[in-house]
Amino acid sequence: MSDKVDLKKIFFNPFSKDNPVIVQVLGICSCLAVTAKLEPAIVMGISVIAVLAFSNVIISLIRNTIPTNIRIIVQLVVVAGLVVIVDQLLKAYAYDVSKQLSVFIGLIITNCILMGRLEAFAMSNKPWPSFLDGVGNGIGYTIILVIVAFFRELLGSGTLLGIQIIPQAFYDAGYVNNGLMILPPMALIVVACIIWIHRIYNKDLQED
Amino acid sequence: MDEINLFIRSIFIDNMIFAYFLGMCSFLAVSKNVKTAFGLGIAVTFMLVISLPVNYLLETYVLKQGALTWLGDEYSSIDLSFLSLIMFIAVIASMTQLVEMVVEKYAPALYSQLGIFLPLIAVNCAILGGSLFMQQRNFDSAITATCAGAGWGIGWLLAIVAIAAIRERLDAYSNIPKPLRGIGITFIITALMGIAFMSFLGIKI
Repeated sequence: MSDKVDLKKIFFNPFSKDNPVIVQVLGICSCLAVTAKLEPAIVMGISVIAVLAFSNVIISLIRNTIPTNIRIIVQLVVVAGLVVIVDQLLKAYAYDVSKQLSVFIGLIITNCILMGRLEAFAMSNKPWPSFLDGVGNGIGYTIILVIVAFFRELLGSGTLLGIQIIPQAFYDAGYVNNGLMILPPMALIVVACIIWIHRIYNKDLQED
Repeated sequence: MDEINLFIRSIFIDNMIFAYFLGMCSFLAVSKNVKTAFGLGIAVTFMLVISLPVNYLLETYVLKQGALTWLGDEYSSIDLSFLSLIMFIAVIASMTQLVEMVVEKYAPALYSQLGIFLPLIAVNCAILGGSLFMQQRNFDSAITATCAGAGWGIGWLLAIVAIAAIRERLDAYSNIPKPLRGIGITFIITALMGIAFMSFLGIKI
């Protein structure tokens, strides 16, 4: 696990080939609920990267002292502590976004990406690879979040990050924002389309 | 009457899966056949019904601003709400463990059915989500919280059994494009069901 090639793999695999959302199917809940606008999606992505990276490192440091019977509770407490820090930071410095994200920051605790990575990677690896794994998976998650939010905000409200993108002339000519894109079910369909396209190019992931 | 209203609302209008997308991970992973889906649904309902009132009492008598007044006037300014995330998840995790032990002791048949799902429930977003919504909406009594919990649980059960029933028949009767098979098509079905559930919006009871 210590030579360079492996570290690179650990970091870059989650971007596409081993993406936490569309391949491992973890962390769907928050992915769908916060993507109606681009800004909360980016904030959510950054929060997840931070929590995931640091919880991976902490768990990896104490992995040899955790009794296996109660490991889930230990992991939950570590994650919950980090999430509380993120929550308080957001409330202090980005109050509007934290209002929009409402309960979903708290729900990072039960985001399956965290538990999945802690169980599958941090419990059996050294801190540095665990850190890279955490950041890599966090970025993989953020990529999907941003793609989904991009389409939903562009088609649903004609804006990106709150700035009007679709020119007024379009609206005068009869173009109407697709209100359906704002509704939660459309997030599922956008993710499904991403999975579809992704699997066309990654034939080994297809199920029969 | 309000409680019944809230109960029905929680099942159909505020459905955990179709309106908030909570508990999606296990929803997608365990919906391959109806029997296991039903087992998980029952376990989730059970945990929601137990954990919501407990967390409600914790919130009202320990965590909320001024909640510690019953200890004496000098405590009335303490606000522990920043601890609520940790407390809720600790309650849920330990309740899961407790329920697992009790069920194992007194109902081994049920235990062998639920077996693997019970520990998994601690990290089901729907349970923690229920507690967080409870905190956000300021329910006025533990009974109200229990009703909402039961409603959310049954709504979740309904959703997972429905999707499992569809998935069971999907492979036999349909010709799905290869890259979309498995998880992709499940997403689309869930979306369509979500749109269908939206028709409950605006119903007043």
